[in-house]
Amino acid sequence: MSIIIDSSTRVVVQGITGEAGGFHAKQMIAYGTKVVGGVTPGKGGQKFEGLPVFNTVRAAVSEAGASASCIFVPPAFAADAIMEAADAGVKVIVAITEGIPILDMIKVRSYLAERGSRLIGPNCPGIITVGECKIGIMPGDIHKKGPVGVLSRSGTLTYEAVDQLSRLNIGQTTCIGIGGDPIIGTGFVDALELFEKDGATEAVVLIGEIGGSAEEDASRFIKEKMSKPVVAFVAGRTAPEGRRMGHAGAIISGGKGTAPEKVRMLEEAGVRVAPSPAEIGSTLAAVLGKKK
Amino acid sequence: MKTHEYQAKEILKSYGIPVPEGRVATSAEEAAEVAKALGEGKFVVKSQVHAGGRGKAGGIKVAEGIEGVRKAASSILGMKLVSKQTGPEGKIVSRVLVEKGIDIGRELYLGMLVDRDRAKVVVIASSEGGMEIEEVAARSPEKIIREYIDPTVGLMPFQCREMGYSLGLAPAEVGKFAKIVTGCFNAFAQNDMSLVEINPLVVTKGGDMIALDAKLIADDNGLFRHKSLAELRDFTEEDWREVEAGKHDLNYIGLDGSIGCLVNGAGLAMATMDIIKFCGAMPANFLDVGGSASVDAVTAGFKIILSDPRVKAVLVNIFGGIMRCDLVAQSIVAAAKDVEIKVPLVVRLQGTNAEIGRKILKDSGLTIIPAATMDEAAGKAVEALL
Repeated sequence: MSIIIDSSTRVVVQGITGEAGGFHAKQMIAYGTKVVGGVTPGKGGQKFEGLPVFNTVRAAVSEAGASASCIFVPPAFAADAIMEAADAGVKVIVAITEGIPILDMIKVRSYLAERGSRLIGPNCPGIITVGECKIGIMPGDIHKKGPVGVLSRSGTLTYEAVDQLSRLNIGQTTCIGIGGDPIIGTGFVDALELFEKDGATEAVVLIGEIGGSAEEDASRFIKEKMSKPVVAFVAGRTAPEGRRMGHAGAIISGGKGTAPEKVRMLEEAGVRVAPSPAEIGSTLAAVLGKKK
Repeated sequence: MKTHEYQAKEILKSYGIPVPEGRVATSAEEAAEVAKALGEGKFVVKSQVHAGGRGKAGGIKVAEGIEGVRKAASSILGMKLVSKQTGPEGKIVSRVLVEKGIDIGRELYLGMLVDRDRAKVVVIASSEGGMEIEEVAARSPEKIIREYIDPTVGLMPFQCREMGYSLGLAPAEVGKFAKIVTGCFNAFAQNDMSLVEINPLVVTKGGDMIALDAKLIADDNGLFRHKSLAELRDFTEEDWREVEAGKHDLNYIGLDGSIGCLVNGAGLAMATMDIIKFCGAMPANFLDVGGSASVDAVTAGFKIILSDPRVKAVLVNIFGGIMRCDLVAQSIVAAAKDVEIKVPLVVRLQGTNAEIGRKILKDSGLTIIPAATMDEAAGKAVEALL
């Protein structure tokens, strides 16, 4: 199994004729993702690598059967692109864009709540169900198929964790980058719920960071509702107070959102927290080893 | 992006919020002239720095008459203001706001920010103004009133009234309060703010409502669509290295340690800082070169790190996805031509074109300590300090 996307998912790339959109569309196609076309307003009728480019997402859905979208649209227009996809009935929307104004994301959340689309991101590397479908920018070749779900607020730190797991011959079911912004479409709890229900996932690796209360909310869910083991790492123990550490959502405010507090809550929920980012894979291996 | 009190007050004034009469001055003479224009009586001279705790640090003084203002401004301008929020290095005061004194009756609190969990803007009000709102929230949570703003309809008049009556305001005051809350919300929404705070919102003895202090923080992600707001940025309040990094779209934050870091990705950059600490040393900085930084940008990042006298060793940790390891290697070689690398340099390359990157470094003739994993890299960097 896997969660959210699989080999049947039909993906349209919004912004396909742009530099980033075009590059990553090619990479997704190379991975085996069913990319069915792209959307760039004004360039409808053109072709990209033999695939149709549409003027609107609505056209991509009705003419190419798109069920998911990957958005490579600049921050000024990204919220509009997300809402366009939701309005067109796209079920899974992956927004890669970093830099969307927070007030735009407030509108997006409200808009999407009434339309039944799942948003992943923004400011994320995307989602990959190993061997079946990659929607995003993660390097496909570091992933191996196996029993671990990976869930992260980060991009390259996720690749580091996945690489550690793969080198230990511990493969992954689905890896989701939920994004580094303060307001996102899919949170830890949503994804943990799906991993808990997924028959192929035996354990979950959760990668958090400072800022907000996502790890605290996840702790509560894990304690009450998860039977599968969770291993975590929380980045930012050395981050100073009040500074935005790259990600818009990575900020310790008024003493809240620190790494030690998040680690404490996760451990209280029975999560094994890796003491160092180099030990994420080995910590998971130890937990799986004990399980058997 | 932070703004100064005087800038925040100008903006809020344009949205209909009453603020004390006053103007900013950069010299004691100018301050005296401002006072003269405002008339006789009591004044307040307030240092303008991007930090709180000014009063306790001696950066806010009440003054009588024009001469009083001149003296107060003279003592504040040029002072090194040290407060809990500035850190021990403090900030040099180069501007003061001279205002007519207000007869304070009561002090309220009014703030507006984004609630991440509910994905809504929240208005926070309290009858306990003039103090740290976090302290009030901890001590007397029942004194904090919250109203969440519906994204579709915005702030509704009934919400302002509810807050006003909950604060114990008299009916005549509720109307004034509602006008101020609405003005603040409009300022927030129309300018992509992430914080609007009036603390204290004063009810004068005469029954007027005035913003005695004001704080506005703009959402960095929104600045592209508010050019005049973006121009209010005070670069003198920022670390020059961070300003330099910003020019190349790099994310740099200066810290206190001795190991300089250059990493791609914010999460990995934080994790790199963490593993340095785990291995027994401290990071000198946070630097995220991003997913697709150019050779020029990475070179610039290198130069910033190498210009920091605190840096006794450099750790480059790259997990290339979109970022190509050979580009990073090229940048290191390019930077080394411009800036002499006098400290040990540990480089860990993994992912896209890592092999090519490692070869470029090996063939460059530069003294580079290679590492394959994060812990090996951190261990070697810490070792190199000895």
